[in-house]
Amino acid sequence: MSEMKNYTLNFGPQHPAAHGVLRLILELDGEVVERADPHIGLLHRGTEKLAESKPYNQSIGYMDRLDYVSMMCNEHAYVMGIEKMLGIKVPERAEYIRVMFDEITRIMNHLMWVGTHALDVGAMSVFLYAFRERENLIDCYEAVSGSRMHATYYRPGGVYRDLPDKMPQYLESKLRSKEKLKEINENRQGSLLDFIDDFAKNFPKSIQQYSDLLTDNRIWKQRLVNIAVVSPERAMQLGFTGAMLRGSGVEWDIRKNEPYSVYEKLDFEIPVGVTGDCYDRYLVRMEEMRQSTHIINQCVAWLKANPGPVMSDDHKVTPPDREAMKGDMESLIHHFKLFTEGYCLPEGESYTAVEAPKGEFGVYLVSDGANKPYRVKIRAPGFAHLAAMDEMAKGHMLSDVVTIIGSQDIVFGEVDR
Amino acid sequence: MKELKQKLSKAFGKKNVSESLNELTLVISSEDIIEVCQKLKDEFQFEILMDLCGIDYLTYGESDWNGNASSSGFGRARQAQKSTNQKDQRFGVVYHLLSVSNNQRLRVKALLSSENLMIQSVTKIWNCADWFEREAFDLFGILFENHNDLRRILTDYGFVGHPLRKDFPMIGEVEMRYDEELGRVVYEPVSIEPNVNVPRVIRK
Repeated sequence: MSEMKNYTLNFGPQHPAAHGVLRLILELDGEVVERADPHIGLLHRGTEKLAESKPYNQSIGYMDRLDYVSMMCNEHAYVMGIEKMLGIKVPERAEYIRVMFDEITRIMNHLMWVGTHALDVGAMSVFLYAFRERENLIDCYEAVSGSRMHATYYRPGGVYRDLPDKMPQYLESKLRSKEKLKEINENRQGSLLDFIDDFAKNFPKSIQQYSDLLTDNRIWKQRLVNIAVVSPERAMQLGFTGAMLRGSGVEWDIRKNEPYSVYEKLDFEIPVGVTGDCYDRYLVRMEEMRQSTHIINQCVAWLKANPGPVMSDDHKVTPPDREAMKGDMESLIHHFKLFTEGYCLPEGESYTAVEAPKGEFGVYLVSDGANKPYRVKIRAPGFAHLAAMDEMAKGHMLSDVVTIIGSQDIVFGEVDR
Repeated sequence: MKELKQKLSKAFGKKNVSESLNELTLVISSEDIIEVCQKLKDEFQFEILMDLCGIDYLTYGESDWNGNASSSGFGRARQAQKSTNQKDQRFGVVYHLLSVSNNQRLRVKALLSSENLMIQSVTKIWNCADWFEREAFDLFGILFENHNDLRRILTDYGFVGHPLRKDFPMIGEVEMRYDEELGRVVYEPVSIEPNVNVPRVIRK
């Protein structure tokens, strides 16, 4: 009888469960993983180098494309870093809009995650339900910025423009009847805030729906419970953040511990796991969606009651009013300088982090006083999580690797940068 | 924060600790990195290494408009300029630490001399440094001693150079295409010109 040896398996980069372009070299003993070596960088675009060659405002769009399922949270970290170094104040209404969209983004990300994670593990229908809801949120993105995904909506000094008074509606089409059109436009009669309000009212029911499909599902539990258990000490040692760290039972959330924007004034709770396995991380993220809905409700109420400016009036940084430019010399000069040269940040360095849906998204900015950043380092949560792949997958079956990738919530835009 | 600053000043010398924008920075010499980091983890409870990155100070403080009086106007700023700067301490490694138990953050900075791009690896202290150090090696060519697996991570297999260094051109050095006759992918020097759309200016 010939002796069986370990063999090496190449997983990805075109594998549908690889969430993009992950290439995993797996060393297997039978069906048990001995070593997992992720090869990354297949989506490396040199964002950090590109940002060094452009004025600050022109790189906001690159931030959307890092973690391309939680766009506005990335923008938030970058924009906050610039504001911190310039020392400018953001109008309160803009802060509330940002927080509201951060939470919308969090729900969007978690919907994407729950859908694909379930799909990987073998439950098809959750994916379809999750994307039905996600479409509504993408419409909010579009209503506010004109773009479904890559919004470039946050700017240093506030947000690009105020929330629209009218929610865009579906148009007549040969493909749907009059009654159907009326039905799908029913919650789009008012402003964007009314639409979001309506969404937040109905969304807890949808979460319950996903939870009904998964939480007590026997197959789901068999695939997730006790897979990739990470102790709190190991989680910190491995640089975990976000739901990965909280799933292991460490109570750490930047929104609570180092509150930025207006999170201090809002009421929400931080879910924490117990065992630190994939199932706990699933529960934590599901609860985060409920908490996000709660935050959105509070923001909508505040925004409805408090109209006001959404952009700082420091025109060294923010573009002046179009109308003022026609008659006012100073506005014209500001506009010209801002769009040809940009603004200069004072010399110094700063590290700004936000609680992105995946974990701590940080931007380390170094400025030498020029109109372009000297160095931008993006700290992506997924990078540290994926680095722990080897440790998490060791001793598990090949099929569990897919569960672990899903549970880590990897997106290659941010890992490869 | 004040308390932490005092404690740090006491442990590592007052002139090495600075505060700006509500953030603390500790500058250390690259030889002491292991000693300092061990102390920071054990005594100051910085359990998480949030980020580790390299930085290249070659063109720090240079603008595109420097040099002789203008004869070519905007074109002078558009031309990619070779830096004539000679810095003894060109590279640095920056560590961002987080203490969950004390809710504190700290930046540790170690500067490296240009002749000797070596620094001790901190993977033994914080395991997550592994990939971060590989990244810094890949993008800057900083060598981490006692790192088990110092391979390139983000760039292509067989890539030459360290792309985030300031003397590495924005457009890269080689371009790749599929050669019909040879039936394989070939690498050639880049055919495009570097271009600066917005010149870099420094205003104080």
